[in-house]
Amino acid sequence: MSHATITSGPRQGYADHASRDLILDLHRRMVRIRLFEESAGKLVESGDMPGFLHLYVGQEAVAAGVMSVLSDADQITSTHRGHGHAIAKGAEFRPMFAELYGKTTGYCKGRGGSMHIVDMNRGMLGANAIVGGGIPIAVGAAFASQYRGDGGVAASFFGDGATNIGAFHEAVNMAAVWDLPVLFVCENNGYAEFTSQERHMKLIDIAERAASYGMPGVIVDGMDALAVRAVALEAVERARRGGGPTLIEAKTYRYFDHQGIKGMRIPYRDPAEVEAWKSRDCIRLIEAIGVERGLVSADEFGEVWAQTQADVTDGIDFARTSPDPDPADILDDVYTV
Amino acid sequence: MTTRELTYVKAFNEGMHQAMAADPDVFLIGEDVAGYGGVFHMFDGLLTEFGEARVKDTPIAEQAIIGLGVGAAARGLRPVCDLMFMDFIGVAMDQIFNQAAKMKYMFGGAVSVPLTITTAGGAGMSAAAQHSQSLEAWLAHIPGLKVAMPASPYDAKGLIVGAIRDDNPTIVVLNKRMLGLKGPVPEELYSIPMGVANVVHTGSDVTIIAMGRMVVEADKAVAALGEQGISAELIDPRTVQPLDIDTIITSVKKTNRVLIVHEAVEFGGIGAEISSQIQERAFDYLDAPVARLAAPFAPVPYAPVLENAYVPDAPRIAAAVRRLVERS
Repeated sequence: MSHATITSGPRQGYADHASRDLILDLHRRMVRIRLFEESAGKLVESGDMPGFLHLYVGQEAVAAGVMSVLSDADQITSTHRGHGHAIAKGAEFRPMFAELYGKTTGYCKGRGGSMHIVDMNRGMLGANAIVGGGIPIAVGAAFASQYRGDGGVAASFFGDGATNIGAFHEAVNMAAVWDLPVLFVCENNGYAEFTSQERHMKLIDIAERAASYGMPGVIVDGMDALAVRAVALEAVERARRGGGPTLIEAKTYRYFDHQGIKGMRIPYRDPAEVEAWKSRDCIRLIEAIGVERGLVSADEFGEVWAQTQADVTDGIDFARTSPDPDPADILDDVYTV
Repeated sequence: MTTRELTYVKAFNEGMHQAMAADPDVFLIGEDVAGYGGVFHMFDGLLTEFGEARVKDTPIAEQAIIGLGVGAAARGLRPVCDLMFMDFIGVAMDQIFNQAAKMKYMFGGAVSVPLTITTAGGAGMSAAAQHSQSLEAWLAHIPGLKVAMPASPYDAKGLIVGAIRDDNPTIVVLNKRMLGLKGPVPEELYSIPMGVANVVHTGSDVTIIAMGRMVVEADKAVAALGEQGISAELIDPRTVQPLDIDTIITSVKKTNRVLIVHEAVEFGGIGAEISSQIQERAFDYLDAPVARLAAPFAPVPYAPVLENAYVPDAPRIAAAVRRLVERS
């Protein structure tokens, strides 16, 4: 039996020793997410690309911070809003755009689309379009690491809304009981689709739910990649030592609508609220830190944006010129034979 | 191969022991599967033989049990996740039909899910509406899943081993009323692949297709019909997904009459699918409409008199066959 502790944020001074390489690493992961998604969103809304896009823009610091402490051998599960997790875990633009275009060269050969990006070579165990559906699967991946003693950890990403679903409670409890090496990363963007947090739960801090399961809960500023990284590092080290799971609540915000950039145009958010969160933008924040400390110049950050934009263009060109799937193959991969 | 008589549940248990001994990637989780050996003693002795790392009692949390199995299977292990009563499958259904069943396809083949789910179905014990169902049609409807229904001790062992060795999510539905049924079982490890029907009896006048415990009832009916000069062929599909339709069609073309028997409700049951495939592929061979005998469209009732009326049995199977034969 154990008593959980709920803490707020990383220890003081967490950002003091951030190196140039670390700042550039986190910055690059976040810029890649943002430019991929802004392009993808426009391509869907212009009708060039099929499907639904649940855009992650605004929340990049969470994926970047957590993924910076994981290796390719560590597993993650993601959500319908999953591009950011895939990209931060190392997924490439070409097969990602190709998947969004429904092409054979996509990560899922055009079978999955935006909500099901998978990259087994990088420990991306798949995005999941059922809210909360990936949480028990991450627990299973963590169990596999414990079973084999391979030192791996798993991280499951989900939103505030998912913490109301049964799968969350069942999976988190089982991980706690068995001391499984898993990070439960709640990206609290304040809304379950269009329903605000105060309308879907009594709690203000979802990290408090950790106490119900006897595991540590941590609240962190989800707009600060260095802070996210610091709490994730502590949780990963504890998990690898056999210390069990951690619930991390990253307070963050999505800039665009639940689905798409313009989305449904339902006035469920105050424009002033959106602007307030944008004023604390995660990418601007890390650029300010890098420049103020003299570690990275503004020009160097600018080069990252330019190179990433070129990578986006390359990815889109690759996807557009890739072959469509053949309807004759529609039964392939229903079963492993 | 040395063969001796074992009960259905002992045969299943032996299959579990041998499959776990043969492959260290196989593990078992579920409610009371370790310390208690499972409520039907399906898992007796596994904890002692394989230890707590491989045989684990879980919280009462069916979604997490199956979800853990999905994640571990996607990482290359071969989990056996027990759901105790088939009725509990609804609690875990998202992990079964949205996750386990679809990962292979929606991820473009990048992942296999060699997950085995064990559970016990069937009526006849006054366990009432939430502990007696036969839901195989529900599962067989989902692309990506396989569904096995062992109808003998031999198959209980062979199909659990076959399911564990299969690279796809497979549900093995034991029948609660058959646990003490005895039959010949080889001592050695053997595996029955999914999708291969068992022709239990050969005959020439009529084909009976039965599933699960209905194979046992149909077997009694075949004997009674034989005494009356009616030669019935009895086919047990063994797995309803995949369905060995070729064996069924071959038989129908020979006998020209068909009765399908299952314990699940008739509406939308496996019998409807088999019937439809028969008329598509063997219409010109039929001397009578394909007949079905199954449960009425009601939840499983509690009172023994009601439950006996609900589940088909040997006399009613024999009567249905006689009606088919007399018709033409």
